[in-house]
Amino acid sequence: MEVMLAFFEDTAEVARRENPATAADHHGAWQAYVGAIAASGCVRGGRGLQPPRQGVSVRVAGGQRQVQDGPYADTREHLGGYFVIDVPSLEDALEWAARAPCSSAGHVEVRPVLPPQAPGA
Amino acid sequence: MSPPPGWPEAERAARGAYGRLVAHLAWQWHDLAAAEDALSDALLSALTHWPRDGVPSSPEGWLMTAARRVLLQQHRHRRLEQSPEVLALFDDAASLQGPDPMQALPDRRLQLMLACAHPLLPARDHAPLMLQAVLGLDAKDIARAFLVSPAAMAQRLVRAKARIREAGVDFDTPDADELPARLSAVLEGIYGAYTIGSDLAAPAPEADAALRDEALFLAALVAHLQPTDAEAQGLLALLLHAQARRPAQFSAAGDFVPLLQQDTQLWDHALMQQAEDTLWRAAALRSAGPFQIEAAIQSAHAQRAWTGHTPWPQIAQLYAALVAQHDGLGPRIGQAVALCEAGQEHEALALIESLPAATVATHQPYWTALAHLLAKAGHPARADAALQRAAGLTADERVRRFLLQGRRRPADPQIHDMRSDPQ
Repeated sequence: MEVMLAFFEDTAEVARRENPATAADHHGAWQAYVGAIAASGCVRGGRGLQPPRQGVSVRVAGGQRQVQDGPYADTREHLGGYFVIDVPSLEDALEWAARAPCSSAGHVEVRPVLPPQAPGA
Repeated sequence: MSPPPGWPEAERAARGAYGRLVAHLAWQWHDLAAAEDALSDALLSALTHWPRDGVPSSPEGWLMTAARRVLLQQHRHRRLEQSPEVLALFDDAASLQGPDPMQALPDRRLQLMLACAHPLLPARDHAPLMLQAVLGLDAKDIARAFLVSPAAMAQRLVRAKARIREAGVDFDTPDADELPARLSAVLEGIYGAYTIGSDLAAPAPEADAALRDEALFLAALVAHLQPTDAEAQGLLALLLHAQARRPAQFSAAGDFVPLLQQDTQLWDHALMQQAEDTLWRAAALRSAGPFQIEAAIQSAHAQRAWTGHTPWPQIAQLYAALVAQHDGLGPRIGQAVALCEAGQEHEALALIESLPAATVATHQPYWTALAHLLAKAGHPARADAALQRAAGLTADERVRRFLLQGRRRPADPQIHDMRSDPQ
């Protein structure tokens, strides 16, 4: 089954990633994880994202556009990247989720993906 | 907020008696789910009655009577009067009136565990069922420990109990010729619960501590209820040794400390002594088995506390015996590390590299051990890659930190504690 792992980092972890003194450790942990999951052969796609402050949030409410730099102010955990993996069961996906460095500094959302729509359907 | 009056008594009675009451009701009723439901209704009813009327002289007897009433009421709905189950429910009614009804009630928890580990049920459900039926653990807590979604775990437990009912599992002791195999499934389930979420071989993430305590309780219970089964004693000895090392597994700063670097002063010497006594009792039964061999391996590691060194050649021999009796990834990895430490580095590397690639792809202890053996054999670049792979496979950040720091250290003795896959 194909499952998305969406990696959310808490604000402290985002700060660790941005701080030159701790960035190498942060990077090393992710490099190990990405290397291991790729070597296992289950990865179908996925990317890491630039830090949340480089994002822009857009909302349209009542015909009014709201555009804001960075995430919304009350966001405590930030999407840092995602993988789509092909694994025998949801339990395998949960194992990979638990292994992600952000599982102890944020959370990992595990969601089965919709099957692709047949052409013309 | 303080608990309502009567609640501590209800809780204590429930803790002490839960498994025994469920076991008895399930045996009478041939239905584990109904027995559990009836008992939880009884506990709820105790919460209403005891604060108002006072705690009964025998809380367990009261709970049993209340649970039985619930079952009988359901039975009436099913219009199955005069069936043997109903008559059986009245059989022990008199015995429950005494001052200590639990004394009069035969302990059927072993039979309950045997039913939970029945060959008709998937092996992965054995431990969750035992934890729920014998100890009353919540499906949500069990799901967390086993890294399964709570809804999926609840569904698995419901299905397993339905299977027990439909198949007519009788909650009696199996025949003597069948018992050892059935008991072995119980022991594997308990071992799995103790080691779940943790690869006890090589740098081990801390498994759910509460679950370890519960599994240890079950192991002690089986060893107590089945004193002539050597493997039951062996499993208890093994888990006691593992438990004894827990205080040394992480430093005060929260850093992971591998077995060979642990300060043996921090080991729980009372638990180690219990483990040794238990292993002696097992040996006296003269029926060797894999859990006893593993306990003997841990016993050999424990010697370092007294002699200051680890007897690696002896450990390598024990692993060879384990591989002969109960082959698997964990025993092979343990054997390779022990051979390496005993000075047979090339044999060790050949052994670990012969393990099939598909089975080791996500097995963290394999990559940790491989890194160690490669470093010892003078392949630093490959050792580093293996260590990085191991770091990517652990779910414990403290172990990950330890492994990634190892990449900047010269070769470091890693540990091999126990086989990690119970199959």
